[in-house]
Amino acid sequence: MDFLFIQFLNGLASASSLFLVASGLSIIFGVTRITNFAHGAFYMLGAYMAYTLTEHWSGALGFWGGLLAAAVAVAIIGALLEIILLRRIYQAPELFQLLATFGVTLVIEDLVIQIWGAEDLLGRRAPGLKGSVDIFGQAFPTYELMLIVLGPAVLGLLWLLFHKTRWGVLVRAATQDRMMVAALGVNQARLFTGVFALGIFLGALGGAVQIPREAVHNAMDLQIIVEAFVIVVIGGMGSVLGAFLASVLIGELNAFGILLFPKISIVLMFLVMAVILVIRPWGLLGRPESHARSALGTAERPIRPLGRGGRNAVLAVLLVLLILPVFGGSYLLNVATEVLIFALFAASLHLMMGIGGMVSFGHAAYFGLGAYGVALLVKFLEIPMAGGLVLAPLLAFTGAVLFGWFCVRLTGVYLAMLTLAFAQIAWSIVFQWDAVTGGDNGLLGVWPAPWASTPEAFYYLTLAICAVGVMMIRRIVFSPFGYTLRSCRDSVLRADAIGIDRQRIQWLGFILAGTFAGIGGVLFAYLKGSVFPDNISIPISVDGLVMVLLGGIQTVAGPVVGAGIYKALSIFIISETEFWKLILGTLIVILVVAFPQGVVGFAVDLFRRRDPDDGEAGEAPA
Amino acid sequence: MTTAPTSALAVTGLNKAFGGVQAVRDVTFALAPGELLALIGPNGAGKSTCFNMLNGQLPPDEGSIKLYGHEIIGLKPRQVWRLGVGRTFQITATFQSMSVIENVQMALISHHRRLLSMLPFAGALYKDEAFALLDLVSMGAQAGRPCGMLAYGDLKRLELAVALANDPKVLLMDEPTAGMAPKERIELMQLTADIVGQRGISVLFTEHDMDVVFAHAGRVMVLNRGRLIAEGTPAQIRANAEVQAIYLGSGAVYKTDEDTAAGAAP
Repeated sequence: MDFLFIQFLNGLASASSLFLVASGLSIIFGVTRITNFAHGAFYMLGAYMAYTLTEHWSGALGFWGGLLAAAVAVAIIGALLEIILLRRIYQAPELFQLLATFGVTLVIEDLVIQIWGAEDLLGRRAPGLKGSVDIFGQAFPTYELMLIVLGPAVLGLLWLLFHKTRWGVLVRAATQDRMMVAALGVNQARLFTGVFALGIFLGALGGAVQIPREAVHNAMDLQIIVEAFVIVVIGGMGSVLGAFLASVLIGELNAFGILLFPKISIVLMFLVMAVILVIRPWGLLGRPESHARSALGTAERPIRPLGRGGRNAVLAVLLVLLILPVFGGSYLLNVATEVLIFALFAASLHLMMGIGGMVSFGHAAYFGLGAYGVALLVKFLEIPMAGGLVLAPLLAFTGAVLFGWFCVRLTGVYLAMLTLAFAQIAWSIVFQWDAVTGGDNGLLGVWPAPWASTPEAFYYLTLAICAVGVMMIRRIVFSPFGYTLRSCRDSVLRADAIGIDRQRIQWLGFILAGTFAGIGGVLFAYLKGSVFPDNISIPISVDGLVMVLLGGIQTVAGPVVGAGIYKALSIFIISETEFWKLILGTLIVILVVAFPQGVVGFAVDLFRRRDPDDGEAGEAPA
Repeated sequence: MTTAPTSALAVTGLNKAFGGVQAVRDVTFALAPGELLALIGPNGAGKSTCFNMLNGQLPPDEGSIKLYGHEIIGLKPRQVWRLGVGRTFQITATFQSMSVIENVQMALISHHRRLLSMLPFAGALYKDEAFALLDLVSMGAQAGRPCGMLAYGDLKRLELAVALANDPKVLLMDEPTAGMAPKERIELMQLTADIVGQRGISVLFTEHDMDVVFAHAGRVMVLNRGRLIAEGTPAQIRANAEVQAIYLGSGAVYKTDEDTAAGAAP
């Protein structure tokens, strides 16, 4: 009993930390609609800054002042980032800001290592709160008690801010209806910067207060960002009180989950999120996403089949790919094979998010299921390669059927988060089911058949499968089904009014996209000869998103080009320098600012500008 | 069966409340085949709520809606559409990433039940039919333009073409001329009247512009505070004292709950 109470208090203490981070993320999203992937990086930066400041400033004042000063300093950096970078891309397609903040995350991760080194840093204990108090005969750290109080205190302060100050009322108004607030003559730019700074301040403070509790290290950002997203979604995006309730829920779930279900403790959080989203599609205290007003004049260019120029370009690329083995050694072919696989993966993700309007934060699930499908077939049934290529995608197909059925019940960011939840559930199943999946050690010995085992042969096999796969996806995009999928994305209201069943159509789109991703996963397993839980993990999903957005979400060829650029760049930069995150992150940020329509979107714009008749002319497309 | 199955649309005892607000109260009417029936009323009278129940977007609390004798309450909008009820929206809803003609082709693809087909090029399907529909609403010249670049009046025309794609028996038009210039309004309504006249489509439309209503409607119903308060020919409605009080400035629309007819003149 006493032990349980202590565990309960532990849960509350971690809930407070989570709340600081999640509330910041939620406020930023509520007003600016930015899915701030860099929030975890700012949290980490807050911890590092606090470490340095508290090392230099002595005494109680130095410690507490150091924590606050760290959070303020990081908030200023955040505000600068908003002014310099994000302001330029608010008009870019949805989620483009996510890509920018992902680039920023990479940069911060590398900078942190350059400045503070790669070792874990142990911070100072809090002056005056070093001891512990006796609770039911058990020692409980005083600092944790302080944290328990801190969460509700910050909640109270935020409530006062949002209800008793003019600025706070404006923030709440903007959360409900940005356009109305702008129409009332409020300086939106300043409001956004302020909100972003406040959100970053909270996140950085969340990181700063960690230093007496745990070592500061350079992977803190990814650890926290996923949890923070889960909390924001469970609570309801934009709702601070919802974030608080969800923090307590997740804090306690973590505290007791490890006791009750040690086997599935990692996945518990995602299971709870999945259940809550299915019951309450907008989180505990969230509201339905108000229908974004389609502003007139911000039209999208209709996607078109390739013209002659485009078709020639595709042929030229195919020709180069065909004769590549003449020039390249086996290393180049290995890289090229991997790029091809990810081109198929990105194209499948684009079918889902670009055409179907279903953003996936968990597309790795189907890639990984394909890879594990083939590894399991090899391990348990000793299926030869031809059989593996045909049968293994079935596992990805099945996963997409099952997960997709739930996901299409939601829309927007909530759908995206549910895809993430399912991907994490799939990940923890393969991670923890040692007997079948080999757990952390993965499954080895997935080699291609002898006829495909040379780099050249496997390269050509991959080229054939991926080229056909990408062409099939293109064909689907321009087929009646592709149009139907796009109609559900464009206007659910109109689609419903002309006899289209959105959920059924999106489910089918989801399944198709998952299956194509699975085919990519199968090839990847044969390429590497092994599968690991990493194949199903968040970084793979993020890679996919980056490729699609980089190439251009409003074009069909974009994702393939994006995959080529991103994968080739990252493989090249990683092999050439140890600052690869810094360089890649900077490149992503530059690309985002330079090509807000994606690389291919930019190229198409350039091409069409020379041909002003296109899209404007009175004729129908031929 | 209280209503004759010959009505295109027979609505009986329709009720809908949002929280404590009775948005639509005991609305009963019939739309005769081939008729052009206007539903008018001040802001907040319950016109859009009525409309949204008629095509299945909102479930009514009570009542019956029969399409040629066939009960359609409980059906989803897409099912109501399949039975032959077209719909245009007060704020246009079109597919922004498609060209004008593709919007119409999309509706035709659905009408021909080819939604799941993955082989043909959608852009090549039902092109002649789509052009014919666009020509009907004088949009043929703009077939290739991206839908997002259209002027608002043209979007309204496009919606009409889309709504006609499945050969509807009944057309529900929520404020078909809202947001258009006065001259365009008369043109569009004249166009609509001609088309439905030729095709024998029954139309129920809401409208704020009284010129449009009195010029084109065969019959007019007046909704106020969720209740039908008057019904008749345009001439009768024009002469109705209660309607005049609502529209011509008693200012007492919300003064009393039950009776606005006797509202004091300002």
